[in-house]
Amino acid sequence: MSKRNGKAAKAAPEIPVQMKGAQMIWEAMVREGVRVVYGHPGGAILPAYDALSPYEAEGKLHHVLVRHEQCAAHMADGWARATGEVGVCIATSGPGATNLVTGLATAQMDSVPVVAITGQVPTKLLGTDAFQESDVVGVSAPVCKHNYLVTDVNELPLILKEAFYIAREGRPGVVLVDICKDVQNAEGTFRYDFEIELPGFEPWPNVDLECVRKAAALINQAERPLVLSGHGVQLARMGHELLALVEKAEIPVVTTLLGTGNIPESHPLSLGMGGMHGEAYANQAVQSCDVLIAVGMRFDDRITGRLDKFAKQAKVIHFELDRAEVGKNIVPDVPVIGDLAETLPALLPLIEERRHQPWLQQLKEWKGETAQSDILNYEVDELIPPYVIRQLWFATHNAPGGPPIIVTDVGQHQMWECQYFTHDHVGQLLTSGGLGTMGFALPAAIGAQMAYPERLVWAVAGDGGFQMTLQELAVIKQEHNLPVKVAIINNGFLGMVRQWQQFFYDKRYTGTPVWSPDFVQLAAAYQIPALAVTRPDEVGPALEKAIATPGPFLIDFRVKEEVNVYPMVAPGAAVDQLIRRPKPAVMQEYSGVQPSW
Amino acid sequence: MKYTLIAWMRDKPGVLSRVAGMMRRRNFNIDSLQVGHSEAPGISRMTFVVDGNDRMVDQVIQQLRKLVDVTQVENISEQPIVAREMAMVRVATNADTRAEIVQIVNIYRGEIVDVALDSMIVQIVGSEDRVASLVDLLDNFGILEMVRTGPVAMARGRLERSRRRGTAVWRAQADGRDAVSTERFKTGGV
Repeated sequence: MSKRNGKAAKAAPEIPVQMKGAQMIWEAMVREGVRVVYGHPGGAILPAYDALSPYEAEGKLHHVLVRHEQCAAHMADGWARATGEVGVCIATSGPGATNLVTGLATAQMDSVPVVAITGQVPTKLLGTDAFQESDVVGVSAPVCKHNYLVTDVNELPLILKEAFYIAREGRPGVVLVDICKDVQNAEGTFRYDFEIELPGFEPWPNVDLECVRKAAALINQAERPLVLSGHGVQLARMGHELLALVEKAEIPVVTTLLGTGNIPESHPLSLGMGGMHGEAYANQAVQSCDVLIAVGMRFDDRITGRLDKFAKQAKVIHFELDRAEVGKNIVPDVPVIGDLAETLPALLPLIEERRHQPWLQQLKEWKGETAQSDILNYEVDELIPPYVIRQLWFATHNAPGGPPIIVTDVGQHQMWECQYFTHDHVGQLLTSGGLGTMGFALPAAIGAQMAYPERLVWAVAGDGGFQMTLQELAVIKQEHNLPVKVAIINNGFLGMVRQWQQFFYDKRYTGTPVWSPDFVQLAAAYQIPALAVTRPDEVGPALEKAIATPGPFLIDFRVKEEVNVYPMVAPGAAVDQLIRRPKPAVMQEYSGVQPSW
Repeated sequence: MKYTLIAWMRDKPGVLSRVAGMMRRRNFNIDSLQVGHSEAPGISRMTFVVDGNDRMVDQVIQQLRKLVDVTQVENISEQPIVAREMAMVRVATNADTRAEIVQIVNIYRGEIVDVALDSMIVQIVGSEDRVASLVDLLDNFGILEMVRTGPVAMARGRLERSRRRGTAVWRAQADGRDAVSTERFKTGGV
């Protein structure tokens, strides 16, 4: 029934089979093409774990034991972001399920398809405050696209099928299925040939071609058009079409954090990321354009800054699948609601070939004035984080096995990664954009690495965030030495918070200095080879060593402490009112690579 | 401005809490909310009155539509509608006032549904204004207890059947066939 996969041939009617609810869970997953599940067992989910063993023995499914359920959700999330398939995590009732919540909220905010299975106390004990009981459906509802409590084994197969369907179709999201223990133990009838019929669920709204025509007319008249593209382009796998569109009409492109790499960042039309830590010229472009073409994005406050001062000169066209996002923050002049995989191809032939030289020239001038001080191509005498990130790019961008996947945590290093790593491929950067979840990097990198064992996967984290989920280093080892590489940008502070304290709280560094263990020794305790780097000239060799070493590797980059992310738009300010970065820039030449999707 | 919305939803455990939770989470202001059965088995009908502006109401509608259990949402604020609410008022009475209260209730086409020596229960169904106005009058005699619903509403005029998105089960139900849970499995649920 998946639209993107085309209408599947009607499955032959299946002969129903009797089996336990516990087995139905895994049977459904095999049908859905799931290969890996991330989880942690416990009392209320034990029957399911028991039923898993034959599936593991036959090699149909693989279970990864996490050290904290939050990371099970992050791993499923990392897997899903990397592959576009539904990630699956599993936990027991009560604390297991509530621990999942942060990870589920992270995935839901960033439109990542995840199905979470949780055990629940037996039906008879529901509502009695039984041991390890919590109202998981109630707790998780605000952070889920949908969720279910299963109290009847015969409803389980349909619910599981609906869960995957809802998670995957339309704007992806999180679906949680809470299954009572007695349901797992009960025998029921299993079949999986249902046709999903959910009248309240409209994943793929019909495209109004008249809106596409209106959009095309506006774009064709524009003197200073600009594309602002987001995660939706990646979810719809429309990188090529977007590139074709902007090349045809010569439209520069600004991306959101999650839209990073929608068109190759070394392409002359790419202005990189906009918003709070976007480059000044990118934000200036947003403020000066006459037609703003927003594609698959939701006008988050981090991209718009002060709403009433946002893109005031522009007519706004909003291409978006989720109609609730259209008009939520910015009311567009032309809304184009529908799947980008339909609307962009429909738009392309209507767009005239245009050149916008004066506009591009203007942008170039702005870029010249304010562009990244590409300090990174120069010698630096102190170990500063942007230099580390740039070296990471030099060391990894030609990695065999495909473009490297960089998974960041949240904070300063995340923004530096966006600024100083040139993302020439869609899906190269996996990061928690909406929820901004510290601790995301390591577990999500594990998920991404398991999806692509042959690709180079780097978890880039700060010393603060890394310590939130570092226990998952054990998973790297238990999963047969997963070759995840870890870079810790260690500045002894919760850097981004410290930066805000410096700017807005008169340098009162309350609660931001971070004591860390010796990460090299810590890695040693996990039997992971590691290095500490304190000087700029050690960066390159350390990265090479990490990459050359089979299996995991950890580098503790002990960087200069009080370095700030520039430019910065103060929260609540207009995006052109920014604190600028001082130094001049060196431009990158376009390498001619194409997006991977 | 006040807006009247109608939402149809699958009659599932927790659906009310999903709707209420979404409203709270997104900071929408609900004046009143009524929920009950609709003409279709398994489908509940909810009437909301929300306070806000056009943009906010559009968001309410879009966010409601995103709830999987909500099958349809309609904004009937700009149509001619019939909206009614109901109140039951236990009003203090004595030999002197009883006749006068009965008279007032009759004028309002209310009903006396229970009589005790020192009080009566008055029932009134009507537009918000009419209910409010009777309640105000009764207040002069001493209201001991009151329960008042929010409005339920329907658009006037001919019903456009096509606006419903039917399902196999729904169609079966409309044809008078019983859609039991086994039926639900054949078709994949309402």
